[in-house]
Amino acid sequence: MSLRLTGVGVRYGAVTAVSDVDLAVADGEVVALLGPSGCGKSTLLRAVAGLERPSAGVVAWDDEDLAGVPVHRRGFGLVFQDGQLFPHRDVAGNVAFGMRMHGVETEARHKRVAELLELVGLGGYQKRKVTELSGGEQQRVALARALAPRPRLLLLDEPLSALDRALREQLAVDLARLLREAGATALVVTHDHDEAFTLADRVAVMRAGRVRQVGPPTEVWRSPVDVDTAKFLGCGKVLPADVALDLLGITVPGRVGLRATALRVSPNGELEGVVEERVHRRDHVRLLVTVRGEEFEAVAPIAEPPALGDRVRLSVDPDGLAVLGDQADGGE
Amino acid sequence: MAHARSGLTWAFAALVPLLFLGVFFAWPVLAIVHLGLRDGGLLDELTAAGTWELVGFTLGQAAASTVLALVAGLPVAFLLARCQVAGTGFVRAAVMVPFVLPTVVVGLAFRALWPDGGVLPIVLANAFFNVAVVARTVGGLWAHTDRRAEDAARALGASRPRAFASVVLPALLPAIGSAASVVFLFCATSFGVVLVLGGARYRTLETEIYLRTVELFDLSGAAALSLLQFAAVLAVLLLGGLARRRRETALSLRGKADVVRRPTGGEWGVVAAAFAVVLTLLVPVVGLVLRSLSTVDGWSLAGYRALTGTGERGTLAVSGVDAAVNSLRAATDATLLALTIGVFSAVVLVGLRRGRTPWGIGEALDTALMLPLGVSAVTVGFGYLITMDALPGDLRTSPALVPLAQALVVTPLVVRIVLPVLRAVDERLRQAAATLGASPWRVWREVDLPLAGRSLAAAAGFGFVVALGEFGATSFLARPDAPTLPIVIARLMSRPGQLNSQMAYAACAMLMVVTIAAVLLIEKLRVPSSGEF
Repeated sequence: MSLRLTGVGVRYGAVTAVSDVDLAVADGEVVALLGPSGCGKSTLLRAVAGLERPSAGVVAWDDEDLAGVPVHRRGFGLVFQDGQLFPHRDVAGNVAFGMRMHGVETEARHKRVAELLELVGLGGYQKRKVTELSGGEQQRVALARALAPRPRLLLLDEPLSALDRALREQLAVDLARLLREAGATALVVTHDHDEAFTLADRVAVMRAGRVRQVGPPTEVWRSPVDVDTAKFLGCGKVLPADVALDLLGITVPGRVGLRATALRVSPNGELEGVVEERVHRRDHVRLLVTVRGEEFEAVAPIAEPPALGDRVRLSVDPDGLAVLGDQADGGE
Repeated sequence: MAHARSGLTWAFAALVPLLFLGVFFAWPVLAIVHLGLRDGGLLDELTAAGTWELVGFTLGQAAASTVLALVAGLPVAFLLARCQVAGTGFVRAAVMVPFVLPTVVVGLAFRALWPDGGVLPIVLANAFFNVAVVARTVGGLWAHTDRRAEDAARALGASRPRAFASVVLPALLPAIGSAASVVFLFCATSFGVVLVLGGARYRTLETEIYLRTVELFDLSGAAALSLLQFAAVLAVLLLGGLARRRRETALSLRGKADVVRRPTGGEWGVVAAAFAVVLTLLVPVVGLVLRSLSTVDGWSLAGYRALTGTGERGTLAVSGVDAAVNSLRAATDATLLALTIGVFSAVVLVGLRRGRTPWGIGEALDTALMLPLGVSAVTVGFGYLITMDALPGDLRTSPALVPLAQALVVTPLVVRIVLPVLRAVDERLRQAAATLGASPWRVWREVDLPLAGRSLAAAAGFGFVVALGEFGATSFLARPDAPTLPIVIARLMSRPGQLNSQMAYAACAMLMVVTIAAVLLIEKLRVPSSGEF
């Protein structure tokens, strides 16, 4: 019960959208395809669903090549960014659609629809029109619809991106719980690392059509494989080991990536810097400081933030560091 | 899913409607072309002074009618697209009525007001017929044009007329151009109206072709004139196609915006003008009904009662009721045939675009499907006469010929109504259904069909009334012992006798009632602002 991609590539005419991807999703595992927009992650997902034809490689389920299996026989559920609910059917009609296609009896359908709506927190919504639902409710119905025929694999294409932030964070937590409870095997496409790390057991980072790194979220977060991956994962600055030792007094085995949280304003800090810019964020104040002639991002508490031009003491927080290197290649 | 294979499947599917068009449209038309060229008839006609007078009158009356239709149609377009006032629903339906009225009925309605015919009623009748095209085409774009551009211009200091001239009008020009070319085409090939109102004095290419064929048996001369007309029509179609392409790109840039407001200040003047236009449109309609009820002896239902007979001194081969039954039967067959071909073509066109098929076969099919709209029905009917005996089953004398020709006229309309709706269905909706286990056929049944259902019904209703009123091709093809109602009306009008004309007016009134009922039904079914007409 597992998906395996071997050397998968997708081309549109002369444009290569995806090339040479190897990836496996084990039974009950949730894997996130994480990358900036245009990196080919959605195309890869569509190739798995059978909506795009790979120009190279093999998409296999339990070692059976799926090349000759059309979309509707793959048994993979798909959730789009904006739901794509059938506007001419009510909520129950949408959720029951897949079961009707598979010839499930009416009574069993009703029972499963009720069960799934309960699961996604929309109990009793059966007769509602889908056009009258909010964005978040629509995504919940879309998820229930995809889960209803008990797909072998669930494919989620930016499932939360169309929602506003507060709702997105709430739904990400709900979705993670749902996927665990349903024991679903899933492949999630997202450009948001918070979302990927909330949902996934493993994360595959994609860039320019290739998978650059695969591993558990903490490993990918703490040890990005190269500079571009580190930058995509929030490291504003990457320093060689000797420079890091020289400037910041930290000892690392290789190049080190610094997130904003790597430098914190603290009265007992061993470093000294000058505040150049200041921006208020939700739960902290983001600074641009100069330390020994080099600019760094840093954070300060919201209470009593330093003013522009102030000299501040800074301490290094190991949680904000990421060590780059081939040792974190992940792969398999 | 094997995409290359499915692309090829769509390409092969495209051959089915192309084959139909080839046999029942291209072949007859090409036969006419051949006939016109073969006997040197073309050269004779081109050098004859009478021919150029004909061409001049044809184009002149078409241009005058087009200008009039534009002037009358634009206020109505504004009212429908931009104004929130009571009665717009009524206006929307009322403006459509003239467009679907059988041409013979329109001709007769104006003859009831101008018994002697002449140039003025011809121009008025052609414009009357086409106000709906302007109102619908321009109004459709207007309703999609973001009002905020206009507001921005006003905020920047432009007066209302200035904002209209510098922002609104340029945005609408493609639609106005497209509407004008369609109206010009309809007016230049207008047949029934000119035949009824012009008589032998005022002739256009279209009526001349008919008269030469039917009355003078001058086939090569008629073919030469057909050729001349075909060339003119093609030129206008190409110009209209250019305008349409510009409009489609313009449209895709703008989403639907809430643009309907209560009119203010000078806008009320435009609204009043629009209502005046609509009331004027109703004058011939009401006049026709009154004329059908009034005789020299006062109000009477004599005309309606006479429909059960064959007219004064046996003018007709069959009774009016039989002709009505013939009409309904032929229109039903034509509608079913046109729906089958039209919907199939629309599905293929959507599939071709999806499958990224090379060789521009989609564009070819799209254009080919529109051609019958532009080539005069008289030419097509004439073409059938000289080609269809070559087909097995002696089709030329078969009663199937009339519905076939009518279907050819109706199919482009079906495609234009259904295609935009099918194209508007989000591809991912189909993909969602497929991932849930629906086979391609099931996807069509569960997603496309329910979403396009209303437009299908509208297309059927629209196609039915157009087929019911079709006159140009039918006048060539209907057998004398099985005429349709429009043919019977024309025949009754061309013969003397108080009862005959009374009967013709009564038949017109009945045809009009059926048409108006169908229009009201279509209005109820219409998906808001989809399709062109």
